[in-house]
Amino acid sequence: MDWKLPLRGKPPRTSRRSLHWTAFASLAAALLGWWLVSRFAGLPAFILPAPEQVAVRFWKALTDGSLLVHTAATLTEVLLGLLAGTIAAVTLGYAIAKSRLFEQLVSPYLVATQAIPIVAIAPLLVIWFGPGIFSKVLICALIVFFPVLVNTVVGVRAVPRPFHDLMHSLRATRGQIIRMLEVPAALPVLLGGLRVGATLSVIGAVVGELVGSDHGLGFLVNVGRGQYDTALVFVAVFTLIALALALYGLVSFLERKLLIWQEAFER
Amino acid sequence: MTDPILIVHDISITFPDRNGSLDALDTVSFTVLPREFVCVLGPSGSGKSTLLRILAGLLEPTSGSFSFAGGRPKIGMVFQQSNLMPWRTALENITLPLELQGVQADEAHARSQELIDLVGLQGFESSWPRDLSGGMAQRVAIARALIHDPDILLLDEPFGSLDALTREHMWTELSHIWQRRQKTVLMVTHSIGESLILADRVLVLTQRPGKIKLDLEVDLPRPRADEMRYTAHFGELARRLKEAIG
Repeated sequence: MDWKLPLRGKPPRTSRRSLHWTAFASLAAALLGWWLVSRFAGLPAFILPAPEQVAVRFWKALTDGSLLVHTAATLTEVLLGLLAGTIAAVTLGYAIAKSRLFEQLVSPYLVATQAIPIVAIAPLLVIWFGPGIFSKVLICALIVFFPVLVNTVVGVRAVPRPFHDLMHSLRATRGQIIRMLEVPAALPVLLGGLRVGATLSVIGAVVGELVGSDHGLGFLVNVGRGQYDTALVFVAVFTLIALALALYGLVSFLERKLLIWQEAFER
Repeated sequence: MTDPILIVHDISITFPDRNGSLDALDTVSFTVLPREFVCVLGPSGSGKSTLLRILAGLLEPTSGSFSFAGGRPKIGMVFQQSNLMPWRTALENITLPLELQGVQADEAHARSQELIDLVGLQGFESSWPRDLSGGMAQRVAIARALIHDPDILLLDEPFGSLDALTREHMWTELSHIWQRRQKTVLMVTHSIGESLILADRVLVLTQRPGKIKLDLEVDLPRPRADEMRYTAHFGELARRLKEAIG
């Protein structure tokens, strides 16, 4: 897994071992700071539970199976939403990239949908499509859609014309041009969009679950809040962070594997 | 007398422009014989690249026509920049035309071996394009243009982006490849020296709108060595080309 920021270019030289140490030290310092505040600030546990209380609550949620069930529910929504949103965005994005007419036709609507805050229409979607999984997948897909669409258009439009000339001079078919030129050329930008989309999809799922559902980590946050079980809220939030990090890492991993020809991913 | 492989008849092309229209080529006619090496020489803006793009089927002429012996030809094209796909290794770039024809990868690799030897790329097969020098990259591009055994090679100032020494070295290599492979070559250039070292015939295009002003037979013996550039006859041919360009 690779959780680095998506920064291109060479960072200043530092040995790898000292970098590992820094990450570890920074995590330990944050935990220590949290423990000190919870211990000495005199806050009740329903405002700020101590790290060890959260750890105990985590173990309990893990052993009674509830954490797994809710994590699985959220992960399913996130992945399905990501998949649906990406497929729709790539298809539409390709059409927009290839046709100015189509772009003129649909871009006002796309910009308008982007102006609607997804948090505000999430309740509407839950009313229309029920509190089940479908409304959450839809919210995830909607939130993933735009960044992936924009990156698809940019990626496909940025394919240099001489490459197209080359393919045409060799009488490549439309399918060959898509498969052997446009997909690999647009892939770096597309994966960049997917990386943004992956973390956004987690947000989409949680928003949907907070609005109305009986499953998922967002639901768990609601339960914890309702029962003044703040440690459970922490458990849910940390699990969500882990989920988003895992997805981000997965896309970064894909980038490293698929874009091996790019210098930025060489060691 | 052999039949020409390419007949170009009165090709003109006009581009729409902000102030109306722009005439790029004006009734260009010529023929090319099989295995002939023809250079199209002209100042920048004479429409010589446009001519090449028309013959490659990338542009439609406004009027006029051209025909290849035996119908639609297989074309090998080399561009000003090497135009290698950065996500393909040198070898994968070379085999691209075969892949497009549906040739299996292992057969394509086998067929590429002779070309890799011919252009001197041994040991660089699995290099990424970004790791190749300008000359190396252009060698890959030449190999790619040859691998599918094209009927005609269209070269668009292929050495324009190289430094002077590499360029002269590439002239020798291209002459060598051309003699070995017996290909018909149509090459666009703005260098008088380059055209005289390489070509059997030089067509001079005038400033926009491009029109053929001179069709010059280059009767220098082959193989042409660098020293030939200092002979009186070379100087005389160069002077005639220079006059025609104006």
